[in-house]
Amino acid sequence: MRRTCLDMVHELARRDDRVIYIGSDPGPGTMAAMGEEFPSRCLIEGISEANVIGMAAGLAMEGYIPYVNTIATFLTRRCYEQVALDLCLHKLPVRLIGNGGGMVYAPLGPSHTAVEDMAIMRALPDMTVVALADADEMRRFMPLTLDWPGPIYIRLARGGDPLVSKDENGFEIGKAILMRPPGDVLIVSTGSMLCQCLKAAETLQEEGISAGVLHVHTIKPLDGEALHKHSQGVCMVATVEEHLRTGGLNSAVLEALSDRPEKPMPRVMSFSIPDVFTHRYGSQSDILEHYGLTSNGIAAAIAAAIEP
Amino acid sequence: MKLSETAREIQLDGRSRKLRLKIVNTLVAAGRGHVGAALSLVEILRVLYDDVLDFRPLDPAWTERDRFILSKGHGCLALYVLLAEKGFFPEKELATFCSHDSILGGHPERGMVPGIEASTGALGHGLSIGLGLALAQRMKKRRSRVFVVLGDGEINEGSVWEAALSAGKHKLSNLVAVIDYNKLQSYGPVDEVQPLEPLADKWRSFGFAVQEVNGHDVAALKDIFARLPLEEGKPSAIIAHTVKGKGIPDAENNPFWHHKNKLTSAEMALINAAMGKD
Repeated sequence: MRRTCLDMVHELARRDDRVIYIGSDPGPGTMAAMGEEFPSRCLIEGISEANVIGMAAGLAMEGYIPYVNTIATFLTRRCYEQVALDLCLHKLPVRLIGNGGGMVYAPLGPSHTAVEDMAIMRALPDMTVVALADADEMRRFMPLTLDWPGPIYIRLARGGDPLVSKDENGFEIGKAILMRPPGDVLIVSTGSMLCQCLKAAETLQEEGISAGVLHVHTIKPLDGEALHKHSQGVCMVATVEEHLRTGGLNSAVLEALSDRPEKPMPRVMSFSIPDVFTHRYGSQSDILEHYGLTSNGIAAAIAAAIEP
Repeated sequence: MKLSETAREIQLDGRSRKLRLKIVNTLVAAGRGHVGAALSLVEILRVLYDDVLDFRPLDPAWTERDRFILSKGHGCLALYVLLAEKGFFPEKELATFCSHDSILGGHPERGMVPGIEASTGALGHGLSIGLGLALAQRMKKRRSRVFVVLGDGEINEGSVWEAALSAGKHKLSNLVAVIDYNKLQSYGPVDEVQPLEPLADKWRSFGFAVQEVNGHDVAALKDIFARLPLEEGKPSAIIAHTVKGKGIPDAENNPFWHHKNKLTSAEMALINAAMGKD
């Protein structure tokens, strides 16, 4: 997904001379091909996120579309005031590409795991927050970033994620995609957790529980219409995210459901990371398993929760 | 004599006094404002808007304009007075400063106030935005220059020095940082809160060409701005030695005038006397 995203930036730069890439201090060779082809539009600016965001704002004020890329924690926590004021307050079309959303950098510890990124980005007026399922979906999404108004935070998953999105579903920013029709349960997922959720739905099906899957690739603006439509009649909505429970998908779903007081509020269950810094290392999948964020963990907990 | 001493001693001419009176009257109408920080800026802004910047008040987005950012946004009373004088918006707007429906907030906002290039208020943002603007002018092969006025307290912020590193690297001779070096931040003297010296050497070491000037000396400011860029292939830093609260004897170098909520009639009488108004 990361490789696809950056390749797409290069491809978009060929199509549109407003496109600029700004990296802080990425790995050697990152964007080398774009740097060779468009040296003035491929900038590596050093470990200075606050400055990079302000600089991107200045470029965007002059009509450019900067794609700023670094590790998600540094792109969100480190320069939060610059993101809020320089980008959101000015409503500028800067694209923030956050490497390693969620527990991708699990072995590197809490300084590198981006588990509140969606919450803090979502809290900013005029920010759009996107977490895609796989590289194919990234290909469908990136061309839309050329003309989307205001800033976008793009949460990247690990890379090499299983391809589960489907071309025939198309892609529209802010429009959730129904991957499986709802039945007893509606599972609402975001980002690369979609793969686990689809597997969990299959497992539940084998146990006689019908579970739909709604893929919310855009956390903000959230597709409240789709959520309301597909949560009607289910006995439970389960939100699944590689993110703290606070402020992420679960919060966004609860906010949207509470926006329609005339409709009955469904029961909502959260699959997420608890409100703690994780002092465990190992791989991303080790941590996800630790918190029950696997297809088996999700299916078992849903089955237990809706048992009569 | 040191520049900081000449800044204290220089006598203000009629235009500088008139601008200050407008600032104080705007403050009085609103009942609040960062007056000390605005008064140290007056001659810097006056010379920029009278003699240096290329702009069209009726077409603020004119692409060939010079860009100006007041990074120390709390000094906006002085900027608003100049923008009104130049015709960016009617002078009567000044009387609405900080009121509910005003376009003029306590910190300037792009999109609200014609002529405001960037919303500022939180410190340490303007130079990075200016850096982006300056890069864009170069990429678009425009002759437009970018001026960013920073406060001395403001440059405590690390982001300013990140921007300075980057401006030096890009050799942006179309970028000018002007430091309003009034030696006093909110809590007290800069020298005590966070000493900046040797300030000129700092900017030089980050790749800037540097000049120091008495920031209340109109002729000296004109002379320096006429020599930009100070050195080809380098961004310029102009360290303007100023006096916080300049022009109001009671306010000069007085940290309690950093932000004022009200002025007594006795204070107003002193101000009017200092501005040559009965």
